[in-house]
Amino acid sequence: MADLSCNIAGVSSPNPFWLASAPPTDKRYNVERAFEAGWGGVVWKTLGEEGPPVVNVSSRYGSIDYNGQRMIGLNNIELITDRPLQVNLDEITAVKKAWPDRAVVVSLMVPCTEQAWRDILKKVEQTGCDGVELNFGCPHGMSERGMGAAVGQVPEYIQEVTGWCKTHTELPVFVKLTPNISDIRRPARAAHTGGADAVSLINTINSIVSIDLDSMAPTPTVAGKGVHGGYCGPAVRPIALSMVSEIARDPQTAELPISGIGGIGNWRDAAEFIALGCGSVQVCTAAMRYGFRIIDDMLDGLNNWMDDKGYHRLEDFRGAAVPNVTDWQYLDLNYKTIAAIDQDKCIDCGLCHITCEDTSHQAISAHRDENGQRSYTVIDEECVGCNLCYLVCPVPACITMVEVDNGKPYLNWGGHPNNPMREA
Amino acid sequence: MTGDINSGRLSPEQIRRNFSDLHPPLNELQAQQESARCLFCHDAPCTEACPTGIDIPGFIRKITSGNYRGAATTILAENIMGGTCANVCPVEELCEQVCVRNTAEDKPVIIGQLQRFATDHLFELGIQPFKRAKDSGKHIAVIGAGPAGLSCAHRLAVLGHQVTVYESRDRPGGLNEYGLAAYKMLHRRAASEVAFILDIGGINMETGRSLGVDFDLAELRRKYDAVFIGLGHNAVHALGLENENAPGVYNAVEFIERIRQQDLGSLPVGRNVVVIGGGNTAIDIAVQMKKLGAETVTMVYRRGYPQMGATGYEQHVAQTNGVLIRTQAQPVCINTDAGQLASIEFEYTVMDGAGRPAGTGETFVLPADQLFKAIGQSLDTTPLGNGDTPHVTAGRIAVNNEQRTSLPDVWAGGDCTPGDDLTVIAVQDGKLAAHSIDEYLNHG
Repeated sequence: MADLSCNIAGVSSPNPFWLASAPPTDKRYNVERAFEAGWGGVVWKTLGEEGPPVVNVSSRYGSIDYNGQRMIGLNNIELITDRPLQVNLDEITAVKKAWPDRAVVVSLMVPCTEQAWRDILKKVEQTGCDGVELNFGCPHGMSERGMGAAVGQVPEYIQEVTGWCKTHTELPVFVKLTPNISDIRRPARAAHTGGADAVSLINTINSIVSIDLDSMAPTPTVAGKGVHGGYCGPAVRPIALSMVSEIARDPQTAELPISGIGGIGNWRDAAEFIALGCGSVQVCTAAMRYGFRIIDDMLDGLNNWMDDKGYHRLEDFRGAAVPNVTDWQYLDLNYKTIAAIDQDKCIDCGLCHITCEDTSHQAISAHRDENGQRSYTVIDEECVGCNLCYLVCPVPACITMVEVDNGKPYLNWGGHPNNPMREA
Repeated sequence: MTGDINSGRLSPEQIRRNFSDLHPPLNELQAQQESARCLFCHDAPCTEACPTGIDIPGFIRKITSGNYRGAATTILAENIMGGTCANVCPVEELCEQVCVRNTAEDKPVIIGQLQRFATDHLFELGIQPFKRAKDSGKHIAVIGAGPAGLSCAHRLAVLGHQVTVYESRDRPGGLNEYGLAAYKMLHRRAASEVAFILDIGGINMETGRSLGVDFDLAELRRKYDAVFIGLGHNAVHALGLENENAPGVYNAVEFIERIRQQDLGSLPVGRNVVVIGGGNTAIDIAVQMKKLGAETVTMVYRRGYPQMGATGYEQHVAQTNGVLIRTQAQPVCINTDAGQLASIEFEYTVMDGAGRPAGTGETFVLPADQLFKAIGQSLDTTPLGNGDTPHVTAGRIAVNNEQRTSLPDVWAGGDCTPGDDLTVIAVQDGKLAAHSIDEYLNHG
């Protein structure tokens, strides 16, 4: 039985699975249901400043379905909480009191003045919460008012606001980063320089999930119009993993704790983020698709996998994959794999052949014998080891990529004879 | 008591339920889920197994994208009776048998039902997806408005030719209209499919006109630029036993025709029914008599299960409908009581060295109020006349791979020519013949 407890930037929770700041964490009712189900923590849906709350539109989500599967990607045009500030503060207080072992981090977004941040921090501190998360990521609605991604896209603002927050509160400060920038390391470094205790990423990605071809409007559609919204769900996970890895392997931010977010739907996804250095993970879309009970397999699956691997606590494998993320120039150009087709498993769909033939290297031949029996065979000399056939093959373990021992030593681009700039 | 034959053994509501669709149509969600299972194979085995060569992965992919009309057009472009074939094709021996999903999962994509989904969609919209080519000025006669004849006529019309179809019955459709089991081919589907085929234009339908009675082949050859013969089967095999025509004994195909054309509640149904034969016609009559309320239906076949013409799936349908299938027994005597069928005596058989059933001398008797003979049909060549007629070999009109007969301007296809007697093969025969005729008319 592995120990799943987690501590990130001084915030501890019985397990690393937190619900991200989003609709599932907008109210005490939802949050308590999550805690009853077993979630380790929540980041409360973003609070704004005192005064009349924001107004949300009707029709808020759009999604991408693929081949009969719903919600491969989800987008939303919802803003921060639309409930009065005091209601949220009172509920946060009550929840933290009732669930002292769970992490309760409060997401914040107020206008870009020191006064505004100081005021909100003072109020939030009264709730007994474990930390705050600065929402510098939301790509719609709030950014047009100079908040959210409008801050997150300017490293100088991030650094300044983070600095204000560190000045005005003792609470751990998480900075949530927007992926809608070209180099994630710059905002991460700014947060680090500003004194952030951790970064959370990724926030949602600018997106239009679809155009309704009857109404000729983006979805979700509000009275015939639509806007870009924030994209999340399984489709964004590769982007999140890449951005997390960039921060984890940047010497300037290597020690900065990361709370990983982006399409995490099960324990395996979570383990991947933790392997890239994350101290906790945050989930939203999967819960919005299936409800909070998905936590059961997340805990059970992670625990079983850790037991199988001999990991006793999260720290045993946290960051274990970071050293293996490198730059292309360091990849071994002498390393060679080729595809091998297990003819006993092959069902003759021919996808490996046609995709290789049309779009790759013409390295899989199609043959019909005198009885019309099909066979697909790798032409070893033509195979470049690209993996395409292995990826399109519908039968598990039918195509494998086999390493070829060519006896050649490690050779990267830096030393390759084809490189005109190669090192002597 | 013998001759216990009554109509209306079941309530009209029960009969209606019994004769509802064997497979209810897929709804859109089911069609989407199922079409997503198609792997879109290269060199797809299903397409190869389809006698009409429908681009099956192609039409299924169109279903996944919501292009249902395009899916239907892909189907109908190769098989104008794709709607019927979706319901009656023995898919378990054709496209679905070779689906690669069988290999790893033992569960093919249900191609037949997806085909029905697509074609139903198009028919409901009432869309005509085909256009006729410019009028060629040529006129072709088609004998028989069954699947082969209609397929040939349609393709000829698409190619720009004028066609006149001669049909001996009152209604066109052939076996689709008269011969398919009612639970496979719901009422009016055959008629609406014929209407769809004729909608292309250029096809003149002459019903109630029989070859050898109202006109002859020589006359058609004089009047038209080419002739296509799609006579189908026009004779049934006999048992060769005494009392074969006693009251209570029926030819299965004739009774199936009544089932298709008559009010189901008015049909005579025996308490104990015996069917002789092992093909799909035997299954069709056996299942339908059970559905009409017969208390026992026993199907007796003189060989074993492996030799049965009926597919494993058809046998399964019969058995799950309460039909008892007995094999290795042949009829030796039809017993009557006061002239009315009373029972049939069967002799057990064993397969001899040459794969033929040989009687063992031991017998058993099955009481029967009705006996249906379903031991095969054949071509009676009498209507072809005595003059210049196409060569007939092994009881069928001989054709080459373009469906050409021995006569230079006469083509033939469907059940009157060699090959399996399937709707889908008849459609392909007609299509091939149309292209061959077109080639002949354009280029000699």
